[in-house]
Formats: sequence, C-alpha cells, structure tokens
Amino acid sequence: MIEVNSISFRYHEDWVLQDVSFRAEKGEFVGVIGPNGSGKTTLLKILYRLLTPQKGEILFELVSMKRMERADIAKRVAVVAQETHLLFPFSVLETVLMGRSPYLGHLMFENEKDLEIAKKAMEWTKILPFSERPMDELSGGERKRVFIARALAQEPEVILLDEPTASLDIQHQIDFLDLILTLNRERGLTIIMASHDINIASEFCDRLILLQGGRIYKMGTAEEVITKENIETVYGCEVWIDQNPISGMPRISLLKKGGH
Amino acid sequence: MKIVTQKKVATLSIFLSLLLILVILVSITMGSVKVPPLRSIRILFQSIFGLKGGGSETERAIILSLRLPRAILAGFVGAGLSVSGATFQALLRNPLADPYILGVSSGAAVGAILAILLGLGTFSFGLPLISFLGALLTVLVVFYFGRQDGKIHPNTLLLAGVIIGSFLSALIMFFISISQKEELRTIIFWLMGDFSFSNTRAILIIFPYILLGFFLLYLRSRHLNLILSGEENAVQLGVDVERLKLVSYLSASLITAASVSVCGLIGFVGLIIPHAVRLIFGPDHRLLIPASALIGASFLIASDTFARTLLAPTELPVGVITAAFGGPFFLYLLRRRKVIKTI
Repeated sequence: MIEVNSISFRYHEDWVLQDVSFRAEKGEFVGVIGPNGSGKTTLLKILYRLLTPQKGEILFELVSMKRMERADIAKRVAVVAQETHLLFPFSVLETVLMGRSPYLGHLMFENEKDLEIAKKAMEWTKILPFSERPMDELSGGERKRVFIARALAQEPEVILLDEPTASLDIQHQIDFLDLILTLNRERGLTIIMASHDINIASEFCDRLILLQGGRIYKMGTAEEVITKENIETVYGCEVWIDQNPISGMPRISLLKKGGH
Repeated sequence: MKIVTQKKVATLSIFLSLLLILVILVSITMGSVKVPPLRSIRILFQSIFGLKGGGSETERAIILSLRLPRAILAGFVGAGLSVSGATFQALLRNPLADPYILGVSSGAAVGAILAILLGLGTFSFGLPLISFLGALLTVLVVFYFGRQDGKIHPNTLLLAGVIIGSFLSALIMFFISISQKEELRTIIFWLMGDFSFSNTRAILIIFPYILLGFFLLYLRSRHLNLILSGEENAVQLGVDVERLKLVSYLSASLITAASVSVCGLIGFVGLIIPHAVRLIFGPDHRLLIPASALIGASFLIASDTFARTLLAPTELPVGVITAAFGGPFFLYLLRRRKVIKTI
C-alpha cells in the first residue's frame, strides 16, 4: 500500500533521515520506535507530505505522492497528532466535521451525508453524548477520541499516529489503543504509529521499525527488533528484556545504573 | 445540532443587514443641523425612488450629500476593519492581532501626513490616494522581508511588520515635529481616526478593494477554521496552506490599506468586533466573517454618529468614541476568559 523508497530528508545542513526504505501493507500495524531525534516524527510528517524529502520517493498504491493533490492525500491518510492548540475552541461535532474538509472541495458547507458520517464516527468512538461540548472542556482521553473520530470522518485507508499515548494515563492508553486495534483488525485500516513506549509497540504492532540517527537500524517483528543488544545499542542504556507472561511478546524493563 | 449551516448564515446575515439599515436610517436623522427624523427618511426614500419634493434644498444636501455618504463610508470601513482583524487573529493565532498589526496603517499614515504637509489635504482625492499608496507600498515591503524561501512564516512576517511599522512611526514623529500649527491639528485628527476628511468620492476609491478582499476571505472561511488549530493541522486536512496564507494575508492587508486611507487610524474596531461576534455566534469563520462585517459596519456608523453629535457642532474624532467603548468592552472580555483563553 505504502512504499517508501530510500528517502532522505534534511531541514538545513544535517540529514534528519537517510536512505529510509520500507513498505506497509494494507491492514498492517507498523510501529516506529527510536530515541529522541532519531527521526520518527519527521518520518510521519513526510508520510502525509507536510515535508517533502530531498531524495527518494513515496508511492501510495503505486502512485507517487508528489503527484497527488493535498486533498487527495487527506482522503486516504489521516493523522492523529500530539495535542493541537485550541485558541477559539470549536465544539466536538464541529471538530469531527472538519474531517470532511478534503471531500468538500470548493463547497462551503457540509451536507446531510457528511453529518451522517461524522455521527457514525462519533458513535463509534463513544463521544456522541458530548458532541455539543467545546473541545477545551474535555479531558485528554476524550480529546484523543475526538481526533480519532475526526480521522475516521476522513474515511482514510491509513492512520498515522504520533506519540498517541504520551499524555494519557494507563487506562486511557489501553482504551485508545484497543480502539485503534479494532479499526486495524475489523476495518483493515493501515496504522503507522510512532511511539516512545517500547512495550506498547511490542504488544500492538505487527511489525516494528527501529530508527537510529535517521537510519533504519532494524526492521521486523517485535521478537526480532526488541532484543537486549538492539535496544542497548540504539538507546545507549542498559535494559532487561523478557516476555510478557500473558501475551508472550518481548517486554522491556529499565535498569538503574549500577543498581543491580 | 449546533453547527453552522448555509441557512443559518443566510438568516443571520439578513437579520444583521436589517439592523445595519436601521442604524443607517437613525444615523442620517442625527446631526448638528436639525432635520426632523421622518422628513430625513422621506428625503432618502424619495431620492432612492427618483421622486422629487420633500425638504428644502439645504436639507436634501445635508442628508444626501453629507450624512448618507458618510454613513456608507463608515459602514465599509467598519466592515473592512472587523473582517481584517478576524483574519489576522486566525492567521497569526493571536487574539491580540488587529488590522494594523503588520504596520500597514503606519504606511498609510506616512502617506496621509505627506499629503497634508504638501497641502493636498483639502484636495478631494489627494489624501486618501497617497495614503492608500503608502499602505500598499508598506504591504509589499513587509511581505518582501516576511517571506523566506517562498513561504510565509507568521512570526517572521509579524516581526517584519512590527519593525517596519516602528520605522515608519519614527518618520511620522519626524513629520509631526516639523509641521505647522494648523497642519498639526489635521494630522492628529487623522491619527486618531476621523471621517471628516472623507467625501462621497472616497467611497468610490475604497469599496472595490474592501469588497474584493471580503469575498476572497469569505471563500476561504472554511479553511480559516482549519488553520486556527495550526498549519500542520490544516495540511492534515488537505489544505494548501501556503496558498491560503498568501491570499488571506494579502486580502486582509488590502482591506486594511483601503480602510485606513480614507479615515485614519480608527482603533479597537478590528480588535473587539471579532471577539464580540465569537462570544455570541462561536468561532466558525463561515459565520464570523459575514457577521463581523455587518456588526462592524453598524458599530462604526453608530460610533461616528456619536462623534458628530455628542459635542455638536464640535466634531470628535471617531477613534475617541471607538476607544471609549472598546477599552471597557475588552476588559470585560478579559474577565470572561471563556472567550479568550490565551491572554
């Protein structure tokens, strides 16, 4: 579905991403992990063409992303980013309806069908009961669900998640990720998630990409990527890796320096 | 469901237009020369329908050549400043932004003061025309310095605007310090915002630009909603952000330039009207832009009517009235932080 062919990107002098290539198949849940500054967020921004790589290209179902209209990209790729700034807050419904924007073109107003799609998305994310509330009165977990609903209203094929669980407590982390996993399994949506939480990536993703200094250090299943050797080399700290006793997936434990 | 629909925008626009007409009618009945209200309105309608009669020659001249054009001009300027202010607040994501934030007004001021010093102040087209050119020139210079590699960075543009504005203010101070007594009074009235410079033909100069700017912005009002949550957010939803910014900044600047050139620096209208409209109707630009235009027009016509009549026959600069209303209102908004979170 998405084919990234040896892309390199730099803001100024230094390359932030170098020679990155991978494919994400339809319905796959791909995790991108790596230390701060390894290029995770930059990679996501390139995948919806906020940034354009200086080298290489990205094919979306064999079509070069450079040749796609912005609105066409937004019809296929939705983004749930870190907190957005709410200067003059819109209501939940108004925010979800914004997901219909790429379909409106030059039209000024949403029609009944758009409203129907937005309502379904809100029903699905269980935010319909507070659809009239302004966004700034919601909790962090509720706001995240609003942005998933907005992404669903875009009727995309791919959802990009940038540190989606960073500001959530563990209950809301699990709620959020279960929702994403259901979308992935039941609707066949392709998910690409950048995360700092290696355990979450291990538990939820089909495949992981481990970035180091803008290059892919290792790519594969959680078992292949999350090894003591890989993690210690890339992150530069000591860790202990065993298995989650319930799921059997690799589990990482942090170790104090010299404390064991 | 409380969302903005075409029907809601249309209904509200009609209602606010009726309010605007009412304000215009009240405005033309008031002034230092007493013309009975009903006769004033009869004179107006008779002239609209091409009928003769009603009122003396002087009364007809006062209503049709003085008060009505002045009300219409104040309406265009009030609408222009409010729409331009709402746009700058959205583009810069700054609730304190107003139409003058990019220094366009200082360019207009330098133009106007030059015109006054050159003795063109009494010449019908001279002052607004030179002022308008000064404002347009400033827009070009600000955008030349405010863009980097073909992109508008709001902070860079803002800095360029503020710096160029400060430089032009120095020029203004210089001109003031070398001006004569009679010129000084004219200059100060202009700087406070005043419609007494204007004449019927001033409307003809500015209305095409204000209308053009308004339509360009209204067509983009849905996308302005999206950029309110950040440029990245707008890109995620498929907006060509660079194009949106370029057209919107230039339209708002053009509106400011046209407005300021005919009446000087009228403060507070462009700052408070958008906030007041958001308070009542919410932040959606599809409603905010037309509602700000119509309410801003009514507000400035009403303010100018006060300015003409409060100490009649002495006229106050209208900027004094708008600031007198606007200052306390803004403080009230500050108290009600519900509307403006980030101050």
